[in-house]
Amino acid sequence: MTMNTVKFEKLPDRLPPVNTVGWVAWVKQNLFGSVSNTIITLLFFYLIFLYIPPFLEWSVFNANISGSDRSICDENRSGACWTFIKVRMEQLLFGLYFAQNPDQMWRPIMAFIVFGGLLTPLAIDRTPYKKWLLLILLVAYPIFFISLVGGGVFGIPKSDASEWGGLLLTFTLAFVGIVLALPLGILLALGRRSKMPVVRSFSIIYIEFWRGTPLITILFMASVMLPLFFPSGVEFDKVVRAMIGITLFQSAYTAEAVRGGLQALDKGQTEASMALGMGYWQQTIFIILPQALRISIPSIVNTFIALFKDTSLVSIIGLLDLLKIAQNSSRSLDWNGYDIEAYMFAGLVFWIFCFGMSIYSQKLERKLDTDRNVE
Amino acid sequence: MVKGIIAFGQYFLLDKIVGRSPSNIYQNPKFRSAIIQAILVFIVFYTFYSLYQTTVFNLEERGIKTSTSFFDQVAPFKVGFSPFLNFELGETTYIEVFYIGVLNTLLVAVLGIIAATLLGFFIGILRSSNNWLAQKFALIYVEIFRNMPLLLQIMFWNFAIFLAFLPPPKQSLEFGAFYLNGRGLQTPVPIVENNFLFKVWLGILIFSIIASFIFRNWAKKRRDQTGKSLPVLGISLSVIIIIGISSFYILGKPFAVDLPVLGKFNFKGGGQLPLPLFSLWFALTVYTSAFIAENVRAGIASVSKGQIEAARSIGLTRPQMVKLIIIPQALRVIIPPTISQYLNLTKNSSLAMAVGYEEVVAVWANISLNQTGQALIIIAMTIIFFEICSLFTSFILNIYNRRIQITER
Repeated sequence: MTMNTVKFEKLPDRLPPVNTVGWVAWVKQNLFGSVSNTIITLLFFYLIFLYIPPFLEWSVFNANISGSDRSICDENRSGACWTFIKVRMEQLLFGLYFAQNPDQMWRPIMAFIVFGGLLTPLAIDRTPYKKWLLLILLVAYPIFFISLVGGGVFGIPKSDASEWGGLLLTFTLAFVGIVLALPLGILLALGRRSKMPVVRSFSIIYIEFWRGTPLITILFMASVMLPLFFPSGVEFDKVVRAMIGITLFQSAYTAEAVRGGLQALDKGQTEASMALGMGYWQQTIFIILPQALRISIPSIVNTFIALFKDTSLVSIIGLLDLLKIAQNSSRSLDWNGYDIEAYMFAGLVFWIFCFGMSIYSQKLERKLDTDRNVE
Repeated sequence: MVKGIIAFGQYFLLDKIVGRSPSNIYQNPKFRSAIIQAILVFIVFYTFYSLYQTTVFNLEERGIKTSTSFFDQVAPFKVGFSPFLNFELGETTYIEVFYIGVLNTLLVAVLGIIAATLLGFFIGILRSSNNWLAQKFALIYVEIFRNMPLLLQIMFWNFAIFLAFLPPPKQSLEFGAFYLNGRGLQTPVPIVENNFLFKVWLGILIFSIIASFIFRNWAKKRRDQTGKSLPVLGISLSVIIIIGISSFYILGKPFAVDLPVLGKFNFKGGGQLPLPLFSLWFALTVYTSAFIAENVRAGIASVSKGQIEAARSIGLTRPQMVKLIIIPQALRVIIPPTISQYLNLTKNSSLAMAVGYEEVVAVWANISLNQTGQALIIIAMTIIFFEICSLFTSFILNIYNRRIQITER
């Protein structure tokens, strides 16, 4: 008798219904999930159809970029006038001095390149010697920057800070603000958590005072009151006055960011260092600050974003930063009537920097978060 | 044992009373901190004192004697927009100019807070909706407006868009009773015809609002006891509206609404928000709403999934779940940072100077200062005004935080 072997063979799986996988399901779930969802989707499609094509036509397809004066733009008003931005680019980026002396333009360009070269490895996780790099950026770079862009040494022609402008000035003010405000802010944050009542209350008063006042009032104070504070004969440049105002203002915000880091730190760290017999400054410098600062980097970056945007206020006290130069150019006889282009360009430059920094700070925040979860 | 007690006694005595090493008082922590603090107090006060002295001296050298006597002098410049106090060139004094500035700041702050809250919540809800397009739209909105300087936005809207494209009064854009044109926004304004009856009407309105809060508490208690809930918001709102309208007619129309009407060249009647104010309001609203939207998103995201699943499993309907579970918990996270945004908005309104709206920094810290040279007093008053706003905000925040802490148990 022969055994009838029945062979079972697995048939291939049937595919899931089309409307539960792939892009069909995605569209169904995310765009047409319910009646109200469908209405919202259609509304947005309508809005996109209404506004995006004309905008693209204006800013890209019909835009003018050739030539070097307004005649081309005046002939074709249906498109944006990027010629204007192209012609004024040097002013917008480096200010009047460097726009008038194109042979000196390599100085700010090189300063920016070096800055980028120092900053990029800092944003990458695996870079070794990050601490030293940061130290170079915060201490050595400003000296390099001043001697290169300011000139007057090594046979480089001199250019006063009052002659800087555009993005260069915006960048300088923001960078000076953060570099000088950092040590001040750290001291204030430590002061606010000090056990000495006088130190603590002075720190609180200082921090809350600057945080309660709008920067524009402080800039007014810096430009009007600062010369009055000192005996006659002591003169400050306009830019320096703005720098002092910005630094004092920024230090209060930095202090709050650092305080957040100090508070987030485990109390055991202090207690352990006390048990080892360390004094206050030993504890602070070797145990507390390295950890607290690391935690507070995202918030420090956030305060820096706010500062970078706020530097545009110096245009109100008459400094020629990026925004002011954009405004002035759009009011000059050569180019008046092209305000939108000027503001859009300045806005785009600010946006690229701020958005980049905010992406970085978000990334860092997530990383710190996962670090803590692993522990 | 005895040795130990002696050692402890010695240690305790030396440490607590004379310091660890009695031979050297400088190493006593208490003594040291007292000295440090005394030196600090001296330095701070001496610095302030000498700064004050030099400033007053420098001002006097420029022929300005620091005193408040200029308050009563007549201001020699024109303030164009003062809806709350009457401005008369040649009569209004400096101190009145200060009040006008403060009121104008508060006006744009209040308008901005209301609009930014509405828009911010709307965008924040879009950001958390499950429609992909709406989500991405809100994301782009937030990232664009959050990452550009506010001053740039104010100038962009005012100079590049509104001044350039808004039509002249004849072809105003119409929004119901509101008209928008190149000069500003024309609005209807109430005109009080009978002051006493108007106050009575206001009193009735406030009373019915208070009554609705009492009603809400009663309904809440009833729900806790019997499980039956009432549509509190609908009932209160309709009762308040009915009472408001009926008492308005019973009292014989204590006020009328003055509508803007297009005359031959310009509008007659109604009120006007001049274009600088409108641009400032618009820009502040857009900018702040991006931050508020982010708070709202974070707040909604902070309600844990378990809460929603629990609400479903006890059979709450979707509206009930949103009203009773999600909103109360999300608001706890949303409200504190949003209040800080309100303070930021108030401080940011000082950027009005770029477009020429006459708020406190523009008319007081700029024009009046240039006219009188009284830098010390004027800057101090401006700063004090903003500090008061800031203190008020943190006061409200503290109250709120304490309240939610208690309910949290």
